[in-house]
Amino acid sequence: MADITISHLVKTYPGGTERATDDVSLDIADGDFTVLLGPSGCGKTTLLRMLAGLELPDSGSIAVGGKDVTYLPPNKRNMSMVFQSYAVFPHRKVRYNIGFGLSMAKKPKEEIDRKVAWAADLLQLGPYLDRLPAQLSGGQRQRVAVARAIVMDADVLLMDEPLSNLDALLRLNFRSELKKIVKDLKTTTVYVTHDQSEALSLGDRVAVMRKGQIAQLGDPLDVYDAPADRFVGGFIGSPPMNFIKAAVSGDGGALIVGDQRLRAPSLLQSYSSTDVLLGVRAENVAVDTQRSSGDVPGTVLVVEPMGSSILLTVEVEGQTIKVQAPPTFRTSPGSTIWLTFSPNSMRFYDSETAMALVAR
Amino acid sequence: MTVDSPPAPVQLDTPARPRRIPPAVLLIAPSIVFMALLLGWPVIQGVLQAFRSDEGFTLDFLTRMVEDPYFWPAVRNTLLLIVVMIPLQFAFAITMALLLRSNPRLNKVHFFVWAIPLALSDLAAGLVWLSIFNDRGYLNSVLTSLGLGSVPWLAYDNPTTLFLCVLVAEVWRSTSLVLVIVVSGLQGIPKDYDEAAQVFGATFWQRLRHVTLPLLKPSLQVALILRTILAFQTFAVAQALTGQNFPLVVGETYRWYTALQNPNVAAALALVILVASMLISVFYLRALRDKGQEGTR
Repeated sequence: MADITISHLVKTYPGGTERATDDVSLDIADGDFTVLLGPSGCGKTTLLRMLAGLELPDSGSIAVGGKDVTYLPPNKRNMSMVFQSYAVFPHRKVRYNIGFGLSMAKKPKEEIDRKVAWAADLLQLGPYLDRLPAQLSGGQRQRVAVARAIVMDADVLLMDEPLSNLDALLRLNFRSELKKIVKDLKTTTVYVTHDQSEALSLGDRVAVMRKGQIAQLGDPLDVYDAPADRFVGGFIGSPPMNFIKAAVSGDGGALIVGDQRLRAPSLLQSYSSTDVLLGVRAENVAVDTQRSSGDVPGTVLVVEPMGSSILLTVEVEGQTIKVQAPPTFRTSPGSTIWLTFSPNSMRFYDSETAMALVAR
Repeated sequence: MTVDSPPAPVQLDTPARPRRIPPAVLLIAPSIVFMALLLGWPVIQGVLQAFRSDEGFTLDFLTRMVEDPYFWPAVRNTLLLIVVMIPLQFAFAITMALLLRSNPRLNKVHFFVWAIPLALSDLAAGLVWLSIFNDRGYLNSVLTSLGLGSVPWLAYDNPTTLFLCVLVAEVWRSTSLVLVIVVSGLQGIPKDYDEAAQVFGATFWQRLRHVTLPLLKPSLQVALILRTILAFQTFAVAQALTGQNFPLVVGETYRWYTALQNPNVAAALALVILVASMLISVFYLRALRDKGQEGTR
């Protein structure tokens, strides 16, 4: 167990011109579960591989537990890793695979046996210890990969999209199992994923990455609730956050969306007469078939029942947004409904830079 | 009112369909005929030739072969060459393949250069090495210019240097075959296995022993069988370098057939090579069989 300090890490792949990681700095506290989240090509896997020592940075440094490991070979870093492809050795039995790291470290046989039995028990692999990976299902192979990683007493546990090759149901089940296992281990964990729901559900902290940089770092709920910029809001959440073009009135007291005027929160006082982007989550828009005060009319375009809710695509003042309605809500395409934006859940972004507005 | 259902089709007394030759057999038939005529028939002829004289079945040719003063030295030299050369070649080929895998600059050029001997005829290779090793060859010129004096590398009374010369030339000529097979085998192993082993603390040698070599086993097996069989047939290089001074089994076959004009004893010698090659192949296949994977088959 150890903390990780990443500072000013720059990496450009040979032959490439764009930086895979662009001056990334990140501090991870001892025992934290940090998720690196981002679309493909954002540099999250590169960052993880540099942590593991499988890639070397062009500049910058990585320290684990206060010790600089930037250029240390992977086998000297005392880390363990779960690979996206599992990388379970096909020529050896499950038992050997799980104990691989321990036997490479020349640990006594009793200790290896004990730990392998413990991990196999934890991951329900007991009956499969004497099988070859080819005789296991994908889910079981994934469990072997996790078992191999957790027996190691490593300083840091790295996971590279470990759930992405599992089918949807298995992924959901194993996700919560994995969260419990890692929580009990108390090992510092860095987890890479492109799946925003995985990131929100697993992480103590989420680092959303974009084009080699960290766009936002914070609690899962903070990142979801108050995205730092339009990219984060659009990447996290299903459906993604709605962004509506709006303007602040001259006295700063009202938000103008098309022909409609909404009461502006005090934050916007200092942004009078500026164009802004209004960001609001689908579930933070209340819908009604009747008009009441402060509502905005919209025309329903698409109705998608999701089971626990109904997803509506609504046109408001020429802009299309997604709205979540309770499952009992009855409407049909073409009808007019009334939307209420709750002031506390509205977020505002600069219309040029797409960064969140702050009071000034 | 009831509706009569149509009578169920009765298949009991339809006559059995005439056995037809499956299309697969028809498709491979031309190659079978071709192989039988061009390979099978000569093999049978060759085997018969070793045991048949005008008076019928005889072991005379076998006896003559064994009693020839060159026979046992030839067998000994061939075996010695195999035992020393094959491990050397595999060590070289695996090292070279691992070097190529580490993706050095001009990776492709290295591979191309290292594969050149594969394209060379063995007699040509033998002549190249003859120009190096002969008394006034390149090697001795270099030694002389360094003031070390020349060495009669290919002298008939110096069996050690004879053997070394043939060994060096053969290793140079035929390692590229192993290299090509090992490189293609390495390319088939996903990088993740090696990376996983690295992260889990394995050193280079541990990775080689526990991960790379076991995963490379199928390729090594192919290369081992091919190389051993081909090593039994080492001929042209040794012939060019040493003539009769370093007899090998195939060289003896050639001598009996051409110089001594006795195709029967030559056939007996060829038979020895055939049997040895078959035994070796069976041995390798059994020894290197993947014990763990039997369950999945």
